[in-house]
Amino acid sequence: MLKELAKFKGFSAKNLPKEEPFAPGHRACQGCGEVLALRLALKALGMNVIAVSATGCMEIISSPFPYTSWRVPWIHIAFENAAAVASGVEAALKALKRKGRFPKNRRVDVVAFAGDGGTADIGLQALSGALERGHDFVYICLDNEAYMNTGVQRSGCTPYGAMTTTSPPGEKSIGQMTWKKNVPAIAAAHGIPYVATATPAFFLDLMNKVKKAALVNGPAYVHIYSPCPTGWGSKGEDSIRLARLAVETRIFPLYEVIEGKYYITRKVTKPKPVEEYLKLQRRFRHLTEEHIREIQQRVDAEYERLLRLAECL
Amino acid sequence: MGKRIAKEVSIAVAEAVKQCRVDVIAAYPITPQTHIVEHLSELVANGELDAEYITVESEHSAISACLGSVATGARTFTSTSAQGLALMHEILFITSALRLPVVMVVANRALSAPISIWNDHADIMAQRDVGWIQTFAENGQEAVDLVYHAFRVAEDRRVMFPAIVNIDGFTLSHMIEPIELPDQEQVDQYLPPFKPRYKLDPRKPISIGPVGIPEIYTEAKKAQDEAFKNAYRVIIKAWDEFEKIFGRRYRPVETYRMEDAEVALLIMGSLAETAMTAVDRMREAGKKVGLVRIRLWRPFPLRDFVRAVKGVKMLAVVDRALSPGATGGPVAVEVRSALYQVPGRPRVVSFIAGLGGRDVTVEDFEEMADKAYFYLKKKPKESYEMIGVKE
Repeated sequence: MLKELAKFKGFSAKNLPKEEPFAPGHRACQGCGEVLALRLALKALGMNVIAVSATGCMEIISSPFPYTSWRVPWIHIAFENAAAVASGVEAALKALKRKGRFPKNRRVDVVAFAGDGGTADIGLQALSGALERGHDFVYICLDNEAYMNTGVQRSGCTPYGAMTTTSPPGEKSIGQMTWKKNVPAIAAAHGIPYVATATPAFFLDLMNKVKKAALVNGPAYVHIYSPCPTGWGSKGEDSIRLARLAVETRIFPLYEVIEGKYYITRKVTKPKPVEEYLKLQRRFRHLTEEHIREIQQRVDAEYERLLRLAECL
Repeated sequence: MGKRIAKEVSIAVAEAVKQCRVDVIAAYPITPQTHIVEHLSELVANGELDAEYITVESEHSAISACLGSVATGARTFTSTSAQGLALMHEILFITSALRLPVVMVVANRALSAPISIWNDHADIMAQRDVGWIQTFAENGQEAVDLVYHAFRVAEDRRVMFPAIVNIDGFTLSHMIEPIELPDQEQVDQYLPPFKPRYKLDPRKPISIGPVGIPEIYTEAKKAQDEAFKNAYRVIIKAWDEFEKIFGRRYRPVETYRMEDAEVALLIMGSLAETAMTAVDRMREAGKKVGLVRIRLWRPFPLRDFVRAVKGVKMLAVVDRALSPGATGGPVAVEVRSALYQVPGRPRVVSFIAGLGGRDVTVEDFEEMADKAYFYLKKKPKESYEMIGVKE
């Protein structure tokens, strides 16, 4: 275990921070799982934070001038460069502390937020560069599995079979024709100290992982599964249920990669069938039984692979 | 006062950046900018410059990191050329609109295709409207002096705009010239520490880069434009102050032998020195030719320019970039528009020369001046003309 994490006891229902760095009154859709993840992540990080956002839902809904939901310093530049902007913030803090122009012992966590498009697609290069350079920052991908802000177009993180406005099912297509890009594995391949997956359904787990990501020295990556009723065609009140089902069906396993070692943080011994998860969402309703079998097989195989990683390493 | 010593211009520029006590540098290698950033990384590596050097994975990330850095309150520098500058394009607008005073040296180079590492102004002309302060250096001393000036102006609280110093790739960046680097105390006297009014600091949280709904977007742009135009005064004052401390005088527009000129060549950048030789030779032959050089390209120094060309019959604008299908080279178009409302304005002829590293010789300048004389009698057929094209 990393020594930076040795003293961290973890959050519980009794010691939750009182501060809400992300203020209510924002303009997210009803039942938005992403803004919930964002709020929880910031709650875990606290007020000594500088936040960078990529363009996307969270940026739009939180900053309609002259209003802002950000009670911590926040900057938004563009879509593809959250990791690069965060690199600059981190480097500046380092230089200013060294030169005595910022209190040396004041801990400030630099955090970058981006959606799945801003992470897996257009922002992947900037993310890779920042991870490889070893900046001490946290990168949080809020993954709602498509470009929701522009009207539900497919991304590299859209799951196989899902209907989006640019992966419509038709006679020659079942919808999204590719399997979800494994961004946590890509992040882990950089040899960074901390990688984790989380969902707002297990909120203490989410907060603990974000906090650990901040505590480690060097880059950390947290991939947060974020249900989107608008884009998925699900009920607003089902967002947490979906986030839970994604884990219980093994579609979105919860794990950590600490110094290259995989730890499954929530073992799913008796998985529910993927169908239970798929049937709650309009984006999957065109799928046949055969497609669902195909998805089930893939999910089983991926989970096996993850188990082996956790055992071997 | 420092000593005048022979130095490669890129090295001198890097030394000047060091003297400005930058906190953060983020840069990606591209020819012919490389010597500047290589020397800076050397200075950081051997402890002569106390700064963070971010070896970003692209120019897009270079400028993005610069924005993050300067927003956090650190003095920040980058440098690039050609394709690299083009890759930064998107973020350049955001830099100026968010009033983040990054300073960048561009070693000007042709844009691909065909791929060319050699000098012209295509790269920077494509960035005309990004809202950065833009100056052009003629020689090594000026390149260095414009760096101190850029930081001083950009970070001034009345300005808070990013600034680009243009130096011609290779033909200036790689020249070895006698350059005087001032003493550190003089630079410190000229350039106060960077203290932005607003920055990213948890002790006083602010939000930077919010959504601009239609009800406020126009007003935001109007405010930006007014502030940018007002930067002109600070730019001039910073040159006045520069003269007091360093003894060298800079103005937005320079003239050479313009007293009674009928025909004037107009140019930006290091080719002006060749053009001066041409002017001297033509003067010897009894032709009333002069030279105008624009040092400050943005904000455009309209009054200084109009004053400089007063009484001239024909202005021959020598552009180092092509704007395909336009009514002239980018500078010529600007200048024609600037003169349109001026009574008794000179005629303007547009030449495109020196693309992709093609030499522009003294003879070429003489040819252009002669053509300008000729066009006083007979109108040119085309709205612009490329010089030195092999048949």
